[in-house]
Amino acid sequence: MPSVKIPKKSTDTDMTPFVDIAFLILSFFIMATKFKPAEPVEVETPSSVSSAILKEENALLITIGKDSKVYINVNAVKDPNGEKLNKIIHGINTSRNLGLTEQEMAKFRFAPIIGVPFNGLKQLLSYSPDEMGKVTQPGIPVLDTLNNELIWWVDETKKAFADGSSKLLYFIKGDNDSKYPTFEAVVNALRRNEEFKYNLITAQEGAPEGTELYKERNK
Amino acid sequence: MASIDTGGGDSHKKGPGVKKAKKLSTRVDMTPMVDLGFLLITFFIFTATMSSPVGMDLNMPKDTNKDEEQTKAKQSGALTVMLGKDNNVYYYEGELAPDGSNFKQTTFKGIRDEIIRKRKEVIAAYTGNAACEEKAREKGKDPRKSCEDEDFIVVIKPTANATYKNTVDILDEMTINNVRRFAMVKIADTEKELVEATEGK
Repeated sequence: MPSVKIPKKSTDTDMTPFVDIAFLILSFFIMATKFKPAEPVEVETPSSVSSAILKEENALLITIGKDSKVYINVNAVKDPNGEKLNKIIHGINTSRNLGLTEQEMAKFRFAPIIGVPFNGLKQLLSYSPDEMGKVTQPGIPVLDTLNNELIWWVDETKKAFADGSSKLLYFIKGDNDSKYPTFEAVVNALRRNEEFKYNLITAQEGAPEGTELYKERNK
Repeated sequence: MASIDTGGGDSHKKGPGVKKAKKLSTRVDMTPMVDLGFLLITFFIFTATMSSPVGMDLNMPKDTNKDEEQTKAKQSGALTVMLGKDNNVYYYEGELAPDGSNFKQTTFKGIRDEIIRKRKEVIAAYTGNAACEEKAREKGKDPRKSCEDEDFIVVIKPTANATYKNTVDILDEMTINNVRRFAMVKIADTEKELVEATEGK
């Protein structure tokens, strides 16, 4: 019986298009990814059911560290020359009589985070920006109601952004283990400046099953 | 298999005496490259989505001494929640009894049921609120739905031992259970003493 010869097909697949696509996606992700900047203070935020994603905006970020130390950091978009930040430090210098030199004040906008009382500001600004991120800062004093230094910082930041061109938001980023009185003091400092709306930075989590919110979201 | 073939298959004749060069394969195995490519893709996908924090809105009321600006709350619809140390939660309904008999202890898990129960209780006791219903009608909302929990208010009183996480958790609980009226208030001395006594300080 003559056997039918099945032509042997090659199992060799050309993977070139596959590779093309893979690298196309890869280059897209490389370009689209924005890396988180290294954080000078490590903060583990609590999670909440909120789902509003924060955008890059003009904001005063108040960080409460694990040991309830308070740090601030001003985020100004469209401000490449740091004019707003310079305004803040000049304002603080004048209102609090700190006697900072121009060179010291010029360094302010490069500081990754500020967490020193006013009397320690001169020393902090004498460091290079790299060193500033490394030194351990004692935190801004807030717990003493009479001497809540955050009030001044908020006040000056508010003034610097007061030209009306851009809204200033208040972000509070607290660590899980920080104590409530610190948070209360931070809120009080903002309230003293007539600011009543804040954004608490949290990690995202889903709504628990069976609750009102869960029903609302799964309608 | 996974390879690219760039070498021409033509083997043109060379003249006599010309030593035939050893023909090396020009096929490159692309499997490791693909592997690496996808490994990187996975890495970038993960890092890209992980770094988007979310914000929780918090609106605080303005301090006021004017009577008409004060938020009024009915005793019957109030639930006071106190946050103690080690994630303990204490609560009472309405007004704190002088002997502290309605002062109860629970956990963050238990407080949700308590909030839901109290909310249902307030809704069941709703008899109608003409002023509120009128307002809701003007805004084109369902008058009953938007007014039945009008009397329900949660008063949050964190102690000095409560952590920031506790505070966020309880505020989150308000969102989860659709509590529209809540207030963060400084803890009173009597309540503080009760919490401390329970915590055995």
